[in-house]
Amino acid sequence: MKVKVKLEGKRPGLTFQDLILELSRFWVKQGCVLQQPYDVEVGAGTMHPETFFRVLGPQHYRVGFVQPSRRPADGRYGENPNRLYKHTQFQVILKPSPVDVQELYLKSLGALGIDLKKHDIRFEEDNWESPTLGAWGIGWQVLLDGLEITQFTYFQQSGGMDLDPVSVELTYGLERICAFLQNVESVYALRWSVDKTYGDIRLAEEQQLSEYSFDGSDAAAIRSEFELHEQQAKELLEGFKGAEGKSRERYPLLAAYDHCLKCSHLFNLLDARGVISTTERAALMARVRTLACRTATSYLQQRGGSETALGVRA
Amino acid sequence: MKPVVTPQEKSLELLFEIGCEEIPAGLLPKAEEELRINLEKLLAAEDLSRNVAVETFSAPRRLTAWVRGLPVKQADLELEVSGPPKSVAYDAVGAPTRAALSFAEKQGVPVSALYLTQAAKGEYLAAKQVKVGRTTEQILHAILPRAVHDLTWPRSMTWTGLEGPRFIRPIRWVVAVLDGKPLKLTVAGIAAGNATRGHRFLGSASIRVRNFLDYEKKLHANGVIVRSTRRQEKIGRELEAFAKRGGYRIHEDSDLRKLVAYLNEYPTVIQGNFDPSFLSLPDEILITVMRDHQKYFAVEKKNGELAAQFLAVINSDKDARGMIRAGHERVLRARFADARFFWESDQKCRLADYLPKLERVTYESRLGSYRDKVERIRDSARWLTEQWFNLGVHQARVAEADRSAELAKCDLATEMVREFPELQGIVGGLYARAQGESDEIADAVYDHYRPVGLDDPLPRNLTGCAVALADKLDSVVGCLAVGIVPTGSSDPYALRRASLGIVKIILEKKLPVSLSLAIGAAGKALLTHKPKRGVTPDQESKILDFILDRARFVFREKEQFAYDEVAAVFRAGADDLVDTQKRLLALRAIRKSRNFAPLAVSFKRIRKILEKAGVTPGADGRVNPELFESPAERELHSAAHAAASKVQSFKRGGKYQEALEVIAGLRPVVDRFFDGVLVMTEKEEVRKNRLALLAQLLGEFTTIADFSEIGGEERLA
Repeated sequence: MKVKVKLEGKRPGLTFQDLILELSRFWVKQGCVLQQPYDVEVGAGTMHPETFFRVLGPQHYRVGFVQPSRRPADGRYGENPNRLYKHTQFQVILKPSPVDVQELYLKSLGALGIDLKKHDIRFEEDNWESPTLGAWGIGWQVLLDGLEITQFTYFQQSGGMDLDPVSVELTYGLERICAFLQNVESVYALRWSVDKTYGDIRLAEEQQLSEYSFDGSDAAAIRSEFELHEQQAKELLEGFKGAEGKSRERYPLLAAYDHCLKCSHLFNLLDARGVISTTERAALMARVRTLACRTATSYLQQRGGSETALGVRA
Repeated sequence: MKPVVTPQEKSLELLFEIGCEEIPAGLLPKAEEELRINLEKLLAAEDLSRNVAVETFSAPRRLTAWVRGLPVKQADLELEVSGPPKSVAYDAVGAPTRAALSFAEKQGVPVSALYLTQAAKGEYLAAKQVKVGRTTEQILHAILPRAVHDLTWPRSMTWTGLEGPRFIRPIRWVVAVLDGKPLKLTVAGIAAGNATRGHRFLGSASIRVRNFLDYEKKLHANGVIVRSTRRQEKIGRELEAFAKRGGYRIHEDSDLRKLVAYLNEYPTVIQGNFDPSFLSLPDEILITVMRDHQKYFAVEKKNGELAAQFLAVINSDKDARGMIRAGHERVLRARFADARFFWESDQKCRLADYLPKLERVTYESRLGSYRDKVERIRDSARWLTEQWFNLGVHQARVAEADRSAELAKCDLATEMVREFPELQGIVGGLYARAQGESDEIADAVYDHYRPVGLDDPLPRNLTGCAVALADKLDSVVGCLAVGIVPTGSSDPYALRRASLGIVKIILEKKLPVSLSLAIGAAGKALLTHKPKRGVTPDQESKILDFILDRARFVFREKEQFAYDEVAAVFRAGADDLVDTQKRLLALRAIRKSRNFAPLAVSFKRIRKILEKAGVTPGADGRVNPELFESPAERELHSAAHAAASKVQSFKRGGKYQEALEVIAGLRPVVDRFFDGVLVMTEKEEVRKNRLALLAQLLGEFTTIADFSEIGGEERLA
């Protein structure tokens, strides 16, 4: 399917790239580190090490980043105006959670040009959970005139560990917000920049990756890749137990985590291919979760004494 | 202790508010109620509740209590403290001793204020003490945080850290004002004050309040309607106004009305439209999208067809430029477009084509996939309809039951059910109809999950009943056979609900079903098809008990039979529930008659005698009339013989009440027997013969209801 979009001179609403710039600017002003997307396939911003590891332990931290998120089963060959194989999240982590966090969040919408007084904004119960990461939180989905635009979560656990202090995770769905701002019906019609549409930039990727994940992928090969990555993650985690002194400090737990992320993505590919039953599904998810939880525990042991995270001195 | 009567010059009013981030709407009604109960209890424990009225209110960002009629302080309490006995306290001439003096000193009263009081062991010296009541203000400092802390939530959270407060959502402000004066107390680490907050966008973020009425009025001006009843009224008024103006009516939904009243601090109804071309989708799907996913009210035309409009409740006072409406319309359009996409793409192949895909949908690891379950349901559904047909239910059709069972679970593999799981069954039924299956089959597929609860409707046709029964029997038999037994509140495979469904369908549709045979048939299907598992006779009887337990519940709770009536009739067997119900009705009718209660007592006595002697009722002990020694024995024997044939013929005709009347008529001869005959006589032969007579009596006359269960200790009310 070809998506044709006519660009009319000046239309209201931020372009996709300006939306990212405005959100970045806003959160940088709130003291956030502006990070970059992670370079391993992830299903959500929560899987970015800047979220997964930073929320663990006692150090205060604020970060924001864009994270393209792959959900193979949600792909629609580029033919559905709302569903994507890969959508874009902007994620903010505020640790500890500030008392005025809801007001801050609403201000960020104001910064995007949304006049809150003229719209219907609602915080509706939605407790978020990532079974593969052993993570869950309490919060809401934020609805803007009935449209779900953000997941707002007080993180309670990650990697199976209770979190203290509690972080707030804000996950903006950028395509939806942008479609709202530009008042367009199809994601492919979004203006990414002044002269390029979302379709110009991303349609081919949606078509090809949907094609691959639904029809082209080799399930047997993916299964063996899953086994390989799981094996490597396990070996790395096993090795950490014996590491001491300086080699313990530098022990590559982050590499173990990368393998865990790979497993998660490969699982998603198998799922999209429709080759796993519900029982096997639960079993595979439990295997990924075991890796994630072990990585989190080891990570805290590694950082334990020095009260630092990812090598940042407190 | 008795209260000292001090005139309380005035009563106080308390305003208490917990300000939160948005509390889930579904939890507010219960929280509101619980806060009131907590306050009432805590005030009562402090003796402050005498003329007090507690009212509580809630909105997404607040829980509010309004307490009137509080005293200024607790009443003072007069206490009597007893001291040494009179003999020790006074000397021979009646002067106070050292013991009396030191008691007075210890109590801080002059010796002259001491007096004697009579106790069980004699007279004792005593002094009056007054315990001064604490002020209400002091007490509130302690009990208000407690009332909040004691609220129960299904899942609470922490927002600072592990040591921090826990609540349903973060608490951000607290208002506590007693007669205009802010109280100095702390809830969840937040100091109370007299400043509340208005609606996020329509009001001020800091509003000083003096008392409840001031609070309610100012909040209203700041975009918050404090009372949920007022919010619901506003919603109701506006819904009606739109309906009147548009010439349509609301698709009634009282749960949704309540939910939206608790989702919004200032609810306002707006109307939106959608493209009428979406009306080609089935109503069930359109309504589910609007109601469950968007919380919109569907509207229908006078002829009952859905209209291309919806009514949404927004948390604002107006939508002046129609921007909010446009937003909601856009979201609904996308949702409907998705549903249409699924409707069309699912039907690119036929419903039956989804059957192989069910292999990948696990029902339970030990019981295999839904593909396996379908084969088992087919067997049982065929067996049931065959039985019915042979028993004279001529509209029972085996082929239709088989086809319906084959299609029943197919929709689980469709995109539509993956997106809208609450529409399972319904989607299958709709696809079946759209693809030209008969009404009988399409409705059977549509209905086969019914009934979901005690008051849910049953499947509309007989085929639907067969599939519903077969499905539920398979779940109960299969799960119990592999050891999945519901405990307490944990029943993940909803086996209690399935059993309740089995009981309700059989009873309300008056279907001839032998539960034990039906369990046997389901067990056979489990052995014939995957997982090819046998069900032991012991398991079968446990499964029967499990289902009968629900039947007892239905008879007692829903049909209001007495505990002992159900016990008596079930003791005589309950394999055929429709027959069981008939026997229950007959028993209820006859139990008021003159002969009944004494006869029940006699039967109880007979059972006890037999139990003691180790004789089974109805056991094959021959009665030998030659051995009778008294006329009372002979009389009972021949009366029982005559009654037995009458009872048999009434029973065969289903005339249970008449049969029971015949049995009750045995009372005089039974009485005479016990008056004149000693059963446990010395002569063994005679004794055995008498026991055999009683065993026969009990065996023959307890097949409708076992009277020995009637009355006695177990009887309730």
